[in-house]
Amino acid sequence: MSTTSVDVSGAGRGAARAGTSAAAVDRARAEGRSALVAYLPVGFPDLDASVAAAKAAVAGGADVVELGLPYSDPTMDGPTIQRAVDAALRARTRPADVLRAVEQVAATGAAVLVMTYWPPVDRYGVARFAADLASAGAAGLITPDLIPDEAAAWLEASDEHDLERVFLVAPSSTDARLASTAAACRGFVYAASTMGVTGARTTVGAGAARLVERTRAAGAERVCVGLGVSTPEQAAQVAGYADGVIVGSAFVARLLEADSPAAGARAVGELAERLAEGVRRS
Amino acid sequence: MSAPTARREEPAGPAALSAERGPYFGAFGGRFVPEALVAALDEIEAAHTAAMADESFLAELAELHRTYSGRPSIITPVPRFAEHAGGATVLLKREDLNHTGSHKINNVLGQALLTRRMGKRRVIAETGAGQHGVATATAAALMGLECVVYMGEEDTRRQALNVARMRLLGAEVVPVTAGSRTLKDAVNEAFRDWVASVDTTHYVFGTVAGPHPFPVLVRDHQRVIGLEARAQVLELTGRLPDAVCACVGGGSNAIGIFHAFLDDPAVRLFGFEAGGEGVGSGRHAASITGGSPGVFQGARQFVLQDEDGQTVESHSISAGLDYPGVGPEHSWLGASGRAEYRPVTDAEAMEAFRLLCRTEGIIPAIESAHALAGALRVGRELGPEAVLLVNLSGRGDKDVDTAARWFGLVSDADLVASEAERVADAPQDTEGSGW
Repeated sequence: MSTTSVDVSGAGRGAARAGTSAAAVDRARAEGRSALVAYLPVGFPDLDASVAAAKAAVAGGADVVELGLPYSDPTMDGPTIQRAVDAALRARTRPADVLRAVEQVAATGAAVLVMTYWPPVDRYGVARFAADLASAGAAGLITPDLIPDEAAAWLEASDEHDLERVFLVAPSSTDARLASTAAACRGFVYAASTMGVTGARTTVGAGAARLVERTRAAGAERVCVGLGVSTPEQAAQVAGYADGVIVGSAFVARLLEADSPAAGARAVGELAERLAEGVRRS
Repeated sequence: MSAPTARREEPAGPAALSAERGPYFGAFGGRFVPEALVAALDEIEAAHTAAMADESFLAELAELHRTYSGRPSIITPVPRFAEHAGGATVLLKREDLNHTGSHKINNVLGQALLTRRMGKRRVIAETGAGQHGVATATAAALMGLECVVYMGEEDTRRQALNVARMRLLGAEVVPVTAGSRTLKDAVNEAFRDWVASVDTTHYVFGTVAGPHPFPVLVRDHQRVIGLEARAQVLELTGRLPDAVCACVGGGSNAIGIFHAFLDDPAVRLFGFEAGGEGVGSGRHAASITGGSPGVFQGARQFVLQDEDGQTVESHSISAGLDYPGVGPEHSWLGASGRAEYRPVTDAEAMEAFRLLCRTEGIIPAIESAHALAGALRVGRELGPEAVLLVNLSGRGDKDVDTAARWFGLVSDADLVASEAERVADAPQDTEGSGW
């Protein structure tokens, strides 16, 4: 994909549309803090409970919610998210369920991105999925296994429906790829803190700050960091250099450990409060 | 009918089918991977391209083929078997005679040399029932590389002997407990390892699938099968074969023997997929004949998927074919019609398995028995004047147990306890061998 064919205005220049992740990150920045981005898979522990957990995360202070569309072969996810997603699939969670969850969570006013591996979107039909996402009120998509080079159909559909498209960069990315990926993104750039899969780690990759710096130098307006962030201390540390802090497995672990869906949602809300405090501490 | 032609070493020209080198084969292929792996895939592509143009690399690989794995493999006419194939001439390409018992060693030796060339010290691999894992462990032992093999927990239990074989060779075998605990989950887990270890580790991918450049890399190391066979058939019969038959799981042995014939339009290419209990039953592994185009494990290809794009579990008596996807080059050859893909059921494959044992004294891998069953049909279609080349991709030692049960040659009472447990699993068993 030639970077020149990509609309770069969305990398964050100018005012962002309300309800987008870009607007949420800009709002946080105006408050002198980083944004908190919370990931939760739709359909775990069940459909309603996953929506309740996402709403609890928003109530606790998450600025952006990533709703995960469950996929049978999640190669970028560690054991925690794999377990939750497997359960969601056994309960027959489908793309239409994810779209309904988007509607309900977007009604809170939070920016909602759908996090999805590419095969389900490819199967659904990229143009149709983009249209349905927009109707449901989603801000856009995060695509962990879709690089801009393969994303021609999604670039076109996201332009047509004014959707955000969040691609990932990694410590192994060359400067040229950082530039082309940043140019293809709209909303923010997702910087993987480390080389690895999702899951809590005792330390956030030392290379994360350097990657954020390189990604900004490559033209990105907003860079959020994910992979391995689970505690308020880590959130505060990452908030020191990133525009947003992405937390996933730690929320999912709360749901896995909870005795009931209600207790799970409460634990998610409490963690969100502590993390929201963390991103304001830096 | 093709006239005899001189052996051709190079592709026929830029428009030749055999000149396709990815990342796309028509609408198939590409790289549907995390950004984190792109740099490593670029590195492998560059190293592979340089290696294939490096005479000393090619000479070292050829020497390993000659003195270690036993190339060239022979071709064997099988007239007694061929009586059941409409009287056609049937020639077997004997990849079963290679060291470690299958064509898998061809790819693994090439990738192990490439690993050394890239300065990496550790290799990882996925395996279904053990054939690719054993081959990788073998090459790692030969070249002093650290080796970790991911294998679905179900498969480690059913193939305990292959687990022991890999451990004897010094490899670490990691049982994978995620998902369906079979081959596709082993691939997922190998990717998870690789994304965290890519600085020091090469992923020795086992078949012509996955993200670019793996389909091209693996094919380049397997095409020796067809290059040899094309010359051998010409020498023996004075002409090209009318049909080339191979079994197709991920597709490495098939692309290996097809590739030298892609630009011989008179040579029909037949890929036989695992039809399991029948494509209509839903319990099969026939990705092209029973699946649909989609994205799976790094590439656009035919895949067994449900209406939501979730991967559907595959079923085959042959573990080496028990995979819900198929490589992009096969997907392209199938969509364009250059190669014809057909399903062969478990029962048909086992009949061909027994027939080759009884008529020729050769016990084939159950994977390869799918190609034999297909060849019986093709021979009857094409008639007694036809010459069929069949890739006997692996030997059946590993499948004796499965075959003994299938044909009722042993009683449960004769089986040790662990074996008895395997019988209990028979309906959804994927034992056998292969990838």
